[in-house]
Amino acid sequence: MELLAVPTGHLNELEDEAIYVLREVAAQFERAAILFSGGKDSIVLVHLAMKAFYPALPPFSMLHIDTGHNFQETLEFRDALAQKTGLPLFVRFVEDSIRQGKVKDETGYNASRNVLQTVTLLDAIEELKIDAAIGGGRRDEEKARAKERFFSHRDEFGQWDPRNQRPELWNIFNGRKNPGEHFRVFPISNWTELDVWLYILKEKIPVPSLYFTHRREVFFRDGIWLANAPFMIRKSSETIEIRDVRCRTIGDITCTGLTLSRASTVEEIVREIAASRITERGGRYDDKRSEAAMEDRKREGYF
Amino acid sequence: MNNNSHHLSSTMPLLRFTTAGSVDDGKSTLIGRLLFDNKSIFEDQLDAIALASKRRGESQINLSLLTDGLRAEREQGITIDVAYRYFSTPRRKFIIADTPGHFQYTRNMVTGASTAHLALILVDARNGIVEQTIRHTFIASLLGIRHILVCINKMDLVNFEEGVYLKILSSFQKINGRLGLTNVQFIPISALQGDNIVEKSARMPWYTGKTLLETLEETPAENTTSAKGRFPVQYVIRPDQQKFPDFRGYAGRVAGGVFYRNQKVIALPSGMKASIQSVIKGTEELETVPNGSSVTISLDKDIDIGRGSLIVPEKEIPRSASSLQAMICWFSQIPMHPNGKYLLMHVTGTYKCRIEEIFFISDMNTLNEMPGRPLEMNDIGKVRLKLAKPVFFDLYKENRTTGSFILVDETTNATIAAGMIEG
Repeated sequence: MELLAVPTGHLNELEDEAIYVLREVAAQFERAAILFSGGKDSIVLVHLAMKAFYPALPPFSMLHIDTGHNFQETLEFRDALAQKTGLPLFVRFVEDSIRQGKVKDETGYNASRNVLQTVTLLDAIEELKIDAAIGGGRRDEEKARAKERFFSHRDEFGQWDPRNQRPELWNIFNGRKNPGEHFRVFPISNWTELDVWLYILKEKIPVPSLYFTHRREVFFRDGIWLANAPFMIRKSSETIEIRDVRCRTIGDITCTGLTLSRASTVEEIVREIAASRITERGGRYDDKRSEAAMEDRKREGYF
Repeated sequence: MNNNSHHLSSTMPLLRFTTAGSVDDGKSTLIGRLLFDNKSIFEDQLDAIALASKRRGESQINLSLLTDGLRAEREQGITIDVAYRYFSTPRRKFIIADTPGHFQYTRNMVTGASTAHLALILVDARNGIVEQTIRHTFIASLLGIRHILVCINKMDLVNFEEGVYLKILSSFQKINGRLGLTNVQFIPISALQGDNIVEKSARMPWYTGKTLLETLEETPAENTTSAKGRFPVQYVIRPDQQKFPDFRGYAGRVAGGVFYRNQKVIALPSGMKASIQSVIKGTEELETVPNGSSVTISLDKDIDIGRGSLIVPEKEIPRSASSLQAMICWFSQIPMHPNGKYLLMHVTGTYKCRIEEIFFISDMNTLNEMPGRPLEMNDIGKVRLKLAKPVFFDLYKENRTTGSFILVDETTNATIAAGMIEG
């Protein structure tokens, strides 16, 4: 195989940094949970946590907010990973928040439960008394995320105040808080999408097969390929086609764009990403709603 | 494919650098140029900012929209907070800490500089050295950035004249006479037209040095001068005693020197001696680990060690004191309380402390020392702190990790100051 024309001299340092952050979480908080989405970033987080505390088990649980619109494989992968690692897994359902009347399903063609998740997440954080929610967010993903801290303070309503963040200097993380407040922690802040895949390659980390090429029923909307599913409402002009696709991000089916791709190994994915001219969130329907879509969701307490 | 290696090209370590300046210096253009020329601006991002530029009635694509991440920043056309940008060349990955030129200037510049290996200082060729240049250079020097890269920008607007470049160079050297920075390099560029950014400029044949990108690719990622072994303990690892009887590991990140199996060490503050039994990185046992590694160390005997302890080689004991002299930058809108009590977070320890004396305030425009008074937001000054118990430390110029601290307001939990220990 040809040399991959990408630098890798920095992967060890990114790993050292992420492990350092995870250990700071263990030391500064009492009930920390990894926000597990089933996507590659949260899978890498679990892998890093297992390395950070070896031979002990990480003092973290896993929390998954299930929108009810997930790919079946994501759920199976999640359960298998929890079993293999021995980490306690909590699953909370957006469906329950809807039934309790706390949120209402969106209607129409672009209906998604992606925004509704925030309510379920904040309820779960309160119910489980989670004081640090560890996420796989990365600063390269989106412009509001570029301003995010490693240790990101949330008030008692779970809100983020981006104009009033604590400065983060050197490797000193200030996780002090008042009762009822919590922190979001992002250990892989400094990784890019390519770094995540290079690390998966280097560490041979298993990922769901949705990331690799597969043949699927899809339809095309506003420049994005979306998967067909029973709860997806199509316009009459949107016809179902069969295509070879792969997921570049794995989220709620309603907003996860698919990439036309024949990449069937991690190395092929690395090469595809290195040559790509479109960002991974370019295929996310949730970010296209407005110029500040992500910032608005984050302020409210989104992932 | 070879079984033992993935044929990944192993290259230079990560380089973190900071950029500072106002919009007028062409900072956004320069960052945009670096990202664009290294294929780190993607089509959908370009489309999005092209659309946003048009909506604002701007005729050209406004690259600063790419770096302004928050709604308030876009609305007000200013950058409020440090933003981190990423790009790679085939040789190296870079992290840019892009700090705003106006708002909360000192706080953001200091934050960005605290982890940087290199400071990129932009000078407008038409204006030469201005107050802001002096402030940038002062902060870069204060934060101990080892490499200073002065880019004299907008050379296209001064007809690419060597005389302009040489004049700026010599006035910069005059300032530096007072700061004493050793690794300063100068590059004449035009960020807008791409001269000396990636390709050597044909329009400035008199410049025989490297291009900006070559310089960034080749600069060593150094940030500490001390080779003394420092292992701050973050967390104690106690696994299932049935599977790993008697195992007790100390998790931390090496902050100086190297650590190896059978090394004789001493634990501080207890002063107890032991030998390193194993060094574990991930799931592997290693013989030796270099600076920067996150590892777990186990010792041959059970001694008093917990979070806040420091493990050091037996003959490399750091300084210890309960009174520190330090340069500090004040971040809080609430001015320093003379004799005020604060929490000091240093490496993995937290200490109560009190401000005992304020020696002077630095005037960042003239580099003069002004009489001491309680520090206000964005002030930098030298103080003496009294700690409730002794701390083991190094001078900031010897070790960035064991020589730095932050101050926290106990009532609000806010980070209100950053400090660099001088003695």
